[in-house]
Amino acid sequence: MPTYHLHHLTVRHRGASSGAPSGVPLPALRDLSLTIDQGEQLALIGPSGAGKTTLLATLACAQQPASGTFTMFDQDPWALGEAARHRLRARLFLAPQTPPLPPRQRVVTAVLAAHLPQWSIWRALASLFKPADPQAAWQALARFNLGDKLYSRVDRLSGGERQRCGLARLLLSPAEALLVDEPLSALDPVLSELTLSTLREEAAARNATLVCSLHQVDLALAHFPRIVALRAGRIAFDLPREQVTPQMIAQLYQGEPARPAPPAAPEPETLPVKPGAGACL
Amino acid sequence: MSARSSTQLAAQSAARLAAQLPAQLPTHLRRDPAWRGRIMACLLTVIIVWPMLVLSEFKPWILWDWQSLSATGRFLSDFLVPAHDPEFLQLLLRETWQTVAIATAGLALALVVAIPATLIITDRLSISALGTGRTRLPARLLRQGVRWILILLRSVPELVWALLFVRIIGFGPTAGVLAIALTYCGMLGKVYAEILESSDTHSTDTLLANGSGRLAALLYGALPESASELMSYTVYRWECAIRGSVVMGFVGAGGLGQRMDESMKMLAGAEVSSMLLVFVLLVALADLFSKILRRRLG
Repeated sequence: MPTYHLHHLTVRHRGASSGAPSGVPLPALRDLSLTIDQGEQLALIGPSGAGKTTLLATLACAQQPASGTFTMFDQDPWALGEAARHRLRARLFLAPQTPPLPPRQRVVTAVLAAHLPQWSIWRALASLFKPADPQAAWQALARFNLGDKLYSRVDRLSGGERQRCGLARLLLSPAEALLVDEPLSALDPVLSELTLSTLREEAAARNATLVCSLHQVDLALAHFPRIVALRAGRIAFDLPREQVTPQMIAQLYQGEPARPAPPAAPEPETLPVKPGAGACL
Repeated sequence: MSARSSTQLAAQSAARLAAQLPAQLPTHLRRDPAWRGRIMACLLTVIIVWPMLVLSEFKPWILWDWQSLSATGRFLSDFLVPAHDPEFLQLLLRETWQTVAIATAGLALALVVAIPATLIITDRLSISALGTGRTRLPARLLRQGVRWILILLRSVPELVWALLFVRIIGFGPTAGVLAIALTYCGMLGKVYAEILESSDTHSTDTLLANGSGRLAALLYGALPESASELMSYTVYRWECAIRGSVVMGFVGAGGLGQRMDESMKMLAGAEVSSMLLVFVLLVALADLFSKILRRRLG
């Protein structure tokens, strides 16, 4: 059964009219077709601004597509009623790149927030007073070497610790689809390995779908069997890792302009290719 | 490709990129988009505030003419020794306690209505807006309706409410409590919603996107950020309620104000002066309380 099925999907930037000075902005994702099976693990790569975060937000039903078909768990969330759509959201977990942790909250509360979709409001209130399941929170944190931070406040954590704390919340969530946006941006190489392995083990253990956007191409190739590359809002390639060649990677990141193109400029495809200026390999 | 040639290539292409950069800012970036709004805001402020100053006969220099100064002098000399006989102090204590009780009870009643109202009018917590950026019409209507009720409640001054209630239920503290509850519920609801809306929404949004309910997202996402601000505003409002209950006492709504009205009519300057000292103490107490709470929550 596919977890996600996307067909000729177009997604526009949210609030595009307020940010852009004039003219119709290019959509964030264009003509995107993608099928992800339940339990599949794939890495999303591509240069900054290619639409990785928008794609993850779309998969999380946090952004409505402008056109095309989008189904998750064999349902079109945007054809459902609001309550049904919101129940569908409880079956997925989106971990944004910046960890969504209030600085003044304690780590244990932030991690246990994973249970909020399942908890009644009274349970949630009671857990604010006395953490409902500190044992589970500690286990999740310990898998990221953070066990001793259980009762610290979030603003006492370093950037990397916060990032792992956000992922510990993911471990506690019973979601069937895990959407992770650049989980390694604040981590050193050793912790990056640990983090990716933990995420993959967890997804495999509960047969959850794992979609992970990454900037570290070597790690993506080492850990994920399927690589989906985005460039300028389109899929550049979608292949098993064995078929991804260094040339394809080089081409993916080639000619990245050092500054964002002005909105009046022609589409990126028609721009003359600049030799290797921004290739970051 | 050798390391040397690749650095050369990189340097060449960087130079080429730099050459392509225009010397001036591109046309659409030449004007700061916020500039016009700022100028307009300054102009509007002047246009609005100037007639208000004229209308309210704001003439601070009157304070310094000879007649006012001599009146002030007499007033101050009469106040120099506050009343402090035991009988009066006992009365003062009882009335102070009643004033504190009016303010606290009024504020508590106001909170009972203001907190649910806040939850309704905060549109940051909208689940229907998630992913679409639009809220549904019934939700918008409900929000607007509650907003109008809050506007109605706070647009009538507490003194007017107190006068009304004194007519309906007679003299005494109940009128003061009800008047504070109605006005402050309107104020608290509005300001709570605005405090919540001005806090960072990243954590709330993520909780909502992962399927949490509105209330849970508020408790786990927005509240840790805004708790100390909400708390300090509430304590400040309590302070205002103390002052308000004094003013309302003048129209018969109980507490220190009613007593002060009597003392003023009897021209007992010393008694008025002791009562004013009590106000200063109460406000200082509120300040201290707020400081302690903020330190605990911050």
